Amino acid sequence: MNILILGAGQVGGTLAEHLASESIDVTLVDTDASRLQALRDRLDIQTVHGFAAHPDVLLRAGAEDAEMLIAVTSSDEVNMVACQVCYTQFRTPTKIARVRSASYMGLENFFSNDHMPIDVLINLERVVTDSIRLLLEHPGALQVLDFADGRVKLVAMRAYFGGPLVGRELRILREHMPNADTRVAAIFRRGKAIAPTGDTVIEADDEVFFIAATEHINTVMAELRRVERPFKRIAIAGGGHIGSHLAHQIESQFSTKLIEFNRSRCEVLASSLKHSVVLHGDATDRDLLIQENIDQCDAFCALTNDDEVNIMSSLMAKKLGVRQVITLIGKPAYVDLVQGGEIDIAISPQQATTSSILTYIRRADIARVHSLRRGAAEAMEAVAHGDRRSSKLVGRRLSEIALPAGASIGALVRGEEVIIAHDDVIVNAEDHVILFLADKYQVAAIEKLFQVGISFF
Amino acid sequence: MHLTAILRVTGILLSTFSLTLLAPVAVALIYGEDSTSQFGALFLLTGGVGCTLWLAFRGSAELRSGDGFVVTVLFYLALVFFGALPFMYDKTLNATFTDALFESMSGLTTTGATVFTNLDTLPKSLLFYRQLLQWFGGMGIIILAVAILPMLGVGGMQLYRAEAPGPVKDNKLTPRIAGTAKALWVIYLSLTLSCAGAYYAFGMSLFDAICHAFSTVAIGGYSTHDLSLGYFDSTSIEITAMLFMVLSAINFGLHFSVFRQRRPALYWRDPEARLFLCLMVGGSALVSWVLMQNPAVSETPVLDGAFHFVSIATTTGFATVDYSAWPTGALIVLLSACFAGGCAGSAAGGLKIIRVLLIYLQGLREVRTLVHPSGVFTVKLGSMPVPDRVIAAVWSFCAVYALSFFFLFMLVGLISDLSFESAFSAVAACLNNVGPGLGSVLANYQALNDPTKWVLAFAMLLGRLEIFTLLVLLTPTFWRR
Repeated sequence: MNILILGAGQVGGTLAEHLASESIDVTLVDTDASRLQALRDRLDIQTVHGFAAHPDVLLRAGAEDAEMLIAVTSSDEVNMVACQVCYTQFRTPTKIARVRSASYMGLENFFSNDHMPIDVLINLERVVTDSIRLLLEHPGALQVLDFADGRVKLVAMRAYFGGPLVGRELRILREHMPNADTRVAAIFRRGKAIAPTGDTVIEADDEVFFIAATEHINTVMAELRRVERPFKRIAIAGGGHIGSHLAHQIESQFSTKLIEFNRSRCEVLASSLKHSVVLHGDATDRDLLIQENIDQCDAFCALTNDDEVNIMSSLMAKKLGVRQVITLIGKPAYVDLVQGGEIDIAISPQQATTSSILTYIRRADIARVHSLRRGAAEAMEAVAHGDRRSSKLVGRRLSEIALPAGASIGALVRGEEVIIAHDDVIVNAEDHVILFLADKYQVAAIEKLFQVGISFF
Repeated sequence: MHLTAILRVTGILLSTFSLTLLAPVAVALIYGEDSTSQFGALFLLTGGVGCTLWLAFRGSAELRSGDGFVVTVLFYLALVFFGALPFMYDKTLNATFTDALFESMSGLTTTGATVFTNLDTLPKSLLFYRQLLQWFGGMGIIILAVAILPMLGVGGMQLYRAEAPGPVKDNKLTPRIAGTAKALWVIYLSLTLSCAGAYYAFGMSLFDAICHAFSTVAIGGYSTHDLSLGYFDSTSIEITAMLFMVLSAINFGLHFSVFRQRRPALYWRDPEARLFLCLMVGGSALVSWVLMQNPAVSETPVLDGAFHFVSIATTTGFATVDYSAWPTGALIVLLSACFAGGCAGSAAGGLKIIRVLLIYLQGLREVRTLVHPSGVFTVKLGSMPVPDRVIAAVWSFCAVYALSFFFLFMLVGLISDLSFESAFSAVAACLNNVGPGLGSVLANYQALNDPTKWVLAFAMLLGRLEIFTLLVLLTPTFWRR
């Protein structure tokens, strides 16, 4: 596969790294030659120096042969024009663009081949805020991922002493919760995946990934740790794109405070937000945090564009008594450094965006891909097609399906119905299958599994 | 200062105003009264002065927006002077200069305070002229409020300037003042016509229906009868009057938006109109409740309470019963309500609902700032943030309004022999352009001495021109400019 990425910023760079490691041919275009040089030294990719929207630059980057264009420069307009150029000049089949401004989103039917030919819009802010919102709605979870339009969720959480299930075998899950069916997809113990079986014993400090229907999530979580009371007060540091978007989303649900450094930005925020309290000041200012009773807050989200500020303010907030801190960290090196320590959850914007782009790169009919554990693991929702003859899945019991090592099927979604995977469940055509891959090098095998044989056509 | 240009524009206005003297001529002819020649002569005089000024200073320089203060005040003074002449030269009335001027001022500022008694015996042409004066004044005030004051930025009214963002932008009726005036005129005229039609349908004579429609839509309160609307003793007329008082006290810019977009929901979406409507309902209920507790003072407490609350709170000043015997609580509610007045951009007086709302929101912001010292809070009208400059202007307006009130109250107390209640209510009724007060000025200002009448006439103009327009001219800074 031949992919053209425009913009070698954080998102473009991470994406290139991700894709290059899957032996996809990546060409990266940017105006910053030194940044390209740095990436080329490290990764097996091709780079082109130039203005990403210019047809001659795109031609040099091999747009004629590219199967996919991913425009993730910092400018909406450059991204849009580049997609337009590729569509009219090079007939690029798939065009993915990052468009931030809410102003463009309000247009109906605008992003179509007749007007602005973009197939997939990536909105980094929306992806990140959605994932933070899910975390805030499920206190105690390390990661919450939506599948099948929110009907099924994959939740990652840490097991604690005192959880009813901790120290027990997995098989008793069903006896414990006759009404809430769930499946443990993976357990990470000290950073290593163990394939869960009925005999596996959950230990304290295990990172447990389980899949359940959305309405059962809280019941299952209560089995693994003390029940957390729902969050009420949220403090957000940083009123940039992500911070303000999050505040808009949650302010009717939680009592929200937003700390922003820039005075005029504060005023813009104060006039657009309805219920939130906008505070002018430095998120790392201890006095400000104390004055605003940060210890009474249930969650502190550090979402400025500065990793160091995010980490320091999170550490301070945690020290002052916030129950949970969620920190936005761009540099992958920092994530490893802080996660699991004082900082409860580190969110990487690149990872969130990568997930949403991966959905379109996988070869089978994939509805959703989430990249987990900094890209090492992957969870995906794929659609099974064909019949018993043409497909390796359809018409078979789950126990009969030859899954690659480290992969497990968590649930099936058939129409509106959520079926938690057990050995005797039979896969039908058009079922959405939710899989968990502890190791992403199995992706190719999974793609093959879902591809329909020749006889289908 | 472009004196010649200002005089030219004043001339144009006087010529236009002189046309209002032709209507009473027609009325006099219909009713066979002998005032035809008197109004005809005054028409020629006013028109003559107007045309002379117009033609003499033709081709002089254009006005600048800085001249707005002088022009506005001069307009009013010229109109009040020429408007007073028919009262002075009427043979039945033979009013003194002070009385005629007071009456003319009260009419043109749509206050509705009167110094004349035995209205029912006056010639119909003069009564018609008196109502027309209010109607003409009301129109002038709406143009002043929608087009001129926002331009001058008096008392935070730059909020209504055309370039203001947000929902208020709808108030930019049409781009030019001339176009705006025309649109407002159409709304004003159609409100008047429907009001007159309704009055006629509910049993008024055609003459009374037109006359009362004039003073209802202008939020004036003049009547052709001493008993005001009580003369008709009709529930349906009172309800009609309430409806049109409320409609006329709503921003005319909003009426225009509703009309153009055909969306009556805009009345409820506009924060000012919404608060105004809530106040009308709440205040009416409150006064009615007080009256119900005292069955002796009113036979129909709900109707009386609602009617008088709406009439006083919109600063119209109609009355149907003698409310002097009402419990003090009800009177205090009425008197307090007239300080809030109607919406900006209407002919109503008082502080205007929008300013009360902004001050309340600013107070709320202060409370929140005390709780969160680092917090940044903006005052928002609906979803639109209000600039701090506007808030400051509104604050100073209210402060100067209160100061002016107490200064005038003190002055009236010193130069008149009115009781505390009468003096207080007289100044409140004139400054807020309501009309009737309490105590000895309940129905009539006849008994007051001349200096008091002058002070009260000044109060009317001060309230009508939103204090600052007039006050600016009284400062040396303005003339040294």
